[in-house]
Amino acid sequence: MKLFKTSTLAGALALGLSAGFTPAVADTLVVGTTQTPRHFNGAIQSGIATFMATAQVFASPLKYDAEWNPEPYLAESWETSEDGLTVTLNLRDGVTFHDGEPLTSADVKFSIETIKENHPFQTMLAPVTEVETPDDLTVVIHLANPHPALMLAMSPALMPIIPEHVYGEGNIQENPANLSPVGSGPFKFVEYQQGDFYRLEKNEDFFLDGLPKMDEVIVQIIGDQANLTLSAERGDVDMVPFMSAIRDVQRLEKADGVSVSDDGYDAVGPLNWIAFNTQKPPFDDVRVRQAIGYAMNKDFILERLLGGVAKTSVGPITATSPMATDEVETYDFDLEKAAALLDEAGLAPDADGVRFTATMDFIPGMAEMGRNMAEYMRTQLRPLGIEVEVRTAPDFPTWAQRIASYDFDMTEDSVYNWGDPVIGVHRTYLTSNIREGVIWSNTQQYSNPEVDALLEQAAVETDPEARAELYKEFQQIVVADAPILFINEVPFYTAYNDSLTGLPQTIWGAVSPWDEVEWTE
Amino acid sequence: MPPLVKRLASAIGLLVAVLVLNFLLIQMAPGDPVEVIVGEMGGASEELIARLRAEYGLDKPVIVQLGLYLSKVVTGDFGYSYYFNQPVLGLILQRLPATILLVVSSLMIAVVVGTLMGIYSARKPKGLLSHFVTIFSLVGYAAPVFWTGLMLLILFASVFPIFPVSGMQNVRGSETWIGAVLDVLHHLVLPSVTLASIYIATYSRLSRASMLDVLGSDYIRTARAKGLNERRVIFGHALRNGLIPVVTMVGLQFGQLFAGAVLVETVFNWPGLGRLAYESILRRDYPTILAILFFSAILVMVANILTDLAYGKIDPRIGGSRRKAPKPKGAAQ
Repeated sequence: MKLFKTSTLAGALALGLSAGFTPAVADTLVVGTTQTPRHFNGAIQSGIATFMATAQVFASPLKYDAEWNPEPYLAESWETSEDGLTVTLNLRDGVTFHDGEPLTSADVKFSIETIKENHPFQTMLAPVTEVETPDDLTVVIHLANPHPALMLAMSPALMPIIPEHVYGEGNIQENPANLSPVGSGPFKFVEYQQGDFYRLEKNEDFFLDGLPKMDEVIVQIIGDQANLTLSAERGDVDMVPFMSAIRDVQRLEKADGVSVSDDGYDAVGPLNWIAFNTQKPPFDDVRVRQAIGYAMNKDFILERLLGGVAKTSVGPITATSPMATDEVETYDFDLEKAAALLDEAGLAPDADGVRFTATMDFIPGMAEMGRNMAEYMRTQLRPLGIEVEVRTAPDFPTWAQRIASYDFDMTEDSVYNWGDPVIGVHRTYLTSNIREGVIWSNTQQYSNPEVDALLEQAAVETDPEARAELYKEFQQIVVADAPILFINEVPFYTAYNDSLTGLPQTIWGAVSPWDEVEWTE
Repeated sequence: MPPLVKRLASAIGLLVAVLVLNFLLIQMAPGDPVEVIVGEMGGASEELIARLRAEYGLDKPVIVQLGLYLSKVVTGDFGYSYYFNQPVLGLILQRLPATILLVVSSLMIAVVVGTLMGIYSARKPKGLLSHFVTIFSLVGYAAPVFWTGLMLLILFASVFPIFPVSGMQNVRGSETWIGAVLDVLHHLVLPSVTLASIYIATYSRLSRASMLDVLGSDYIRTARAKGLNERRVIFGHALRNGLIPVVTMVGLQFGQLFAGAVLVETVFNWPGLGRLAYESILRRDYPTILAILFFSAILVMVANILTDLAYGKIDPRIGGSRRKAPKPKGAAQ
């Protein structure tokens, strides 16, 4: 049969094709990600996709180890004045950008001003009043009030030092160098095939001796998670950072030659929670919110729904942060207590046993933490007399619009700490941040003057212990007030080829330099 | 009006309708691009949101936005992608070749394989092979294309890792030019077979029916009676008439093929227009979506015109009355 002959031939040809290719070059690292970057300029754009590239191409004043300790990076040393109102950075001498121009204090000043002006995380640099450059290697940052959050804001992802001579002209949002960035980091930017991959090469003049280890880094954008997992399993990609799809993590855990690890990422602090619309009855009653907290079996959620892969979360600050506490109400599973609280709130069951009905939303895309959680809530709350209607959203903007316009009762949500609590935590609880139409502002419309005061104090408290004490009180109040029920930390796993060492597993995980990643035998 | 002018006029009208209708349709979807951008940024201040909206002109009334957009498109300016931060035209031109490669090769596979299957089963309509073809066609037709894609991925990229999983090329690079070409072809196999699977079914059923019809006609009996071998009868005489419905279908289905490409490109991470379309819809990137729809409308129109031309070639009677009288079929060659 001719047909069969043809297909055999095609099969043989294909086999020949697949066998004919050269294996991976030893000093190339292929990183897989599902995220498409808008561009690569982290001074004006946040988000994992941009941060990952930013931390490779640009260097920042400081970097961090795995224990929240700052380390010298572009700044050899730094000091904060007694009153906390000036921070002085002493820059490393002889650092050049990838185009050969020297990096000076003027570039640092320009970067800080650009970030303050353009970065989505406005609280990072809000107190900065002036940046002085007494000489080429000294930067003096003046603050309107003490601002301890500045230390974490000087991390690689958040404070890339961008060259003024490249980014200084015209509207920075439309600067072509946003798509072909020039920095002073461990890797130089080579090319970007839109939506497909970008290629970086070793910066031979990198200011840290012997780094980076890799000659070439290619970041391949694979939008579909299943496809990405398969690519990692086959060894097509060598490293997949920020993996949070639980079944995929479990699958790669079992794959030959591939390991997974959840070390690092503490500072990113991704929390997954259930938020209430605290202005909408009956959720304006704290007892109703607490009752739902007690009605949830968190062990079941963590072990069954999330496959034991995610860590528990008890409060608004990520557990390993020096500012975190675990001395908060834990809402241990107790259906009787839940029912009693609902009775107390005057929500008696009707003839059908229904106390009230409510809707539950979730961020589309992540089945385990989103839809499964919502479905769980529906079955879990029904015996208690709460009828939950699960509302799906076809895509992110649909969900975001509902939540930001307060058209919701309860929603699953994932919000990140981003280093210091001032950057990523305050926004969710401050009364002043109740802003309609802005997603990830205080969309719960939670307002407690005591919390506002504590956060205000903590933001300017320079003594770390006193600061942690203020945050402790804040966490206890917020957990008790329950505008949000904390469920888990979004698991961020790094899947990697077993032959790789030096993985980016500091507090910033893969949004820090990959300069120490290398191949072993 | 000469037919060509008439055609062009209606084509332009259609393109304007495509732009206007889609523009209004997109505006009706919940959320806007700024919400997405801010979402992926992990939050932003009210001021930044307002600034972005103003920058993109999203703060103006819809009708004003539409007018501004159309006046720009007339000058060939398809705008600036909100999400991907570059001019839309460049973005699309970067992605277009990948999609054309995928769609054209799928079409070729579908037509060739489908027609051959149809012919073989028409010859022995009650034979085992014919039943096999019927079942294969129906399954291929009924299975959602993304499912077929995933199954092929599992089978030929995971269980038997013969083909690559994703993308159009090995990002690690190829040593030689010819290696790079083979690399692309290697990546092309699974996506194009997946996309072809639905259409193989259509073409095999269609050509089967049509060939059955043709094979029963007088001139075929004549051809057989004069002692031609079966191969000659089928490929020399019957196929030419049997193919007409297939050609019609090719033209009609070109648009659907493009729609299928959206799914296939997403599953196989093929860096084409389809995936860009999917990503821009999720991100409410209005200028990009509109331009993609505009260009795909043009592609479909071109395909339709080509179909008409091919039609005339296969069956000269359709080409217009002013043409020469058709040659008698039996006398060909």
